[in-house]
Amino acid sequence: MATVEARHISKHFDEVRAVDGIDLLAREGEFLVLLGPSGCGKTTLMRLIAGLEQPTAGDIVIDGRVVTDLPPRARNVAMVFQSYALYPHLTVAKNISFPLRAVGMQRDAIRKKVEWAARMFGIERFLDRKPRQLSGGERQRVALARAVVREPVVFLLDEPLSNLDAKLRNSARDELKQFQRVLATTTIYVTHDQAEAMGLGDRIAVLNQGKVIQIGTPQEIYGKPMDTFVATFIGSPPMNLVEEGASYVGFRPEAFLPREVGSSEDSVAFPFRVTRVEYLGADRLVYGVLEGRTAEAHVISKLPNNIRAEVVAGERYDFVVRKREIHRFDRNSGRHIDGRGDDDGNR
Amino acid sequence: MTRRPFKLVRIARAGGHAGILVFFITFLAFPFYWMLMTTFKTTIDLHDVSKNPFLFNEPPTLEHLAVLFQDTQYLQWLINTGAVGIAVVLITLALAVPAGYALARMTGPWAQTLGIAIFLTYLVPPTILFIPFARIIATLGLQDSLWSLVLVYPSFTVPFCTWLLMGFFKAIPRDLEDAAMIDGLSRFGAFVKVVMPISLAGVLTSIIFAFTLVTQEFVYGVTFITSASSYTVSVGVPTFLVRGDVYFWGSMMGACLIASVPIAIIYNFFVDRFVAGFTVGAVK
Repeated sequence: MATVEARHISKHFDEVRAVDGIDLLAREGEFLVLLGPSGCGKTTLMRLIAGLEQPTAGDIVIDGRVVTDLPPRARNVAMVFQSYALYPHLTVAKNISFPLRAVGMQRDAIRKKVEWAARMFGIERFLDRKPRQLSGGERQRVALARAVVREPVVFLLDEPLSNLDAKLRNSARDELKQFQRVLATTTIYVTHDQAEAMGLGDRIAVLNQGKVIQIGTPQEIYGKPMDTFVATFIGSPPMNLVEEGASYVGFRPEAFLPREVGSSEDSVAFPFRVTRVEYLGADRLVYGVLEGRTAEAHVISKLPNNIRAEVVAGERYDFVVRKREIHRFDRNSGRHIDGRGDDDGNR
Repeated sequence: MTRRPFKLVRIARAGGHAGILVFFITFLAFPFYWMLMTTFKTTIDLHDVSKNPFLFNEPPTLEHLAVLFQDTQYLQWLINTGAVGIAVVLITLALAVPAGYALARMTGPWAQTLGIAIFLTYLVPPTILFIPFARIIATLGLQDSLWSLVLVYPSFTVPFCTWLLMGFFKAIPRDLEDAAMIDGLSRFGAFVKVVMPISLAGVLTSIIFAFTLVTQEFVYGVTFITSASSYTVSVGVPTFLVRGDVYFWGSMMGACLIASVPIAIIYNFFVDRFVAGFTVGAVK
């Protein structure tokens, strides 16, 4: 167990600032998710932590020790790659024992450790196979076993679920969370999938253009987005943003309800002309335009199945949003006004 | 109703498949067959155009092989070729493996240019290069020594094998090296323990190519070597088995057969086995 800290770390590739002065602290035993669109620098940040990239400026601190100048092998971190990076010329057993053999552990101890790790991930049957004889899910388990086997102080996981099919991904996510709980090892997890981030993370750091925009629990990230980027990046469909003078008014699609269900003394009414209704099983997505505004304001409402109010395309309805569900953002900076988004985590 | 056309199509397809195979097998095996026949045919049979040239019309003979081994220093030439080949292969690997790896992993516009530049040196023909090389060899006092060949042959094997290995190294995902480095190895350790075993196919291929290039080289051999006991096969055979306008066809074909069959066998064994599917399963 250890803390992992990035101290004002930067990595520039020629003109591109992949990581641009990030300060970040992963607490002991924490599951920290780095979330952001592709090219936001999340993988580069992870590679900096692993030691696979040298920072342009700043330091990496693992367990209170500055490791910036140490090679990856001296940092006692384990990494699971998106591609799994299993050694194709070695059997599963040899793959798992690779980090142990690299440090010259005794043969008996290696065997015990490999058995332990293999049992933990249910891959004892495959120990004599080569990676190419395994399915995607099995390969992923081997990669995890290889990461776990030498009991590192930090796990670095780079989109480990993205090569699995959707069904397998859900169960793998569940297992991953449980293993992390059992091992209680500090884990940094890179993903661009917000559902994964929300489901797995103790805290989420949202990255964009090489900077951490917001860090906090999934509830904080979702409920109090710091700026319009976080507000529209998290949530599916994303938060509705409507121009209003010098600011944007934002509200989540599920907070935007017909008057008869959503009305209370503190709600704000919006005249809403429906253009399209999508039935998605558990929910209905209602697309439309807010009326009586200078700019065309396209918004979406997400109505769960238990709201039976009739909504028909082409009709005009009164929709409401509760005041406390309304966010305001500065139009120029995109920052949250009211200071509600500022009280999150330690940045 | 629909079954019959399908069956016909299938038969036609299988027939076409077999036809293509037969064509290529014939095309590739014919030189060996011809060498074999010529080696063991009597000279009279060989020169008789009225008989079927594809068959033995007289009983086979060993006289050509006797000429090859008793009247020439063929065995010595084989040993010379093997020794030079092994030395050149070692030098080539020592230079081409690191060079190929560096070129494969180097980023930026220079890597590509440098790779192409190295390959271009392979395209400069020996018929131009042997003149300056002769001066160098003379200065070094290596005339008529096999060492001259050991020194000169890498000038074409190294660029070729560097290029070849670069392709193999490029095919290895970087993630594997990163993983090995995180798993406790240095970059060099990752190269030795992960990259090299995976690119074994590439290394074997370049060994075979380098060796083949050495065995077929003629211009440098005939320029730098003057005494028969230091000849390589490719120089010795045409020098001693073509006397004026008399061609010792049987002995020549025997010499070629003995020199080429081992390479063909090795080629089949290794390349076929290693080239395909070696990196499958590493990623994804």
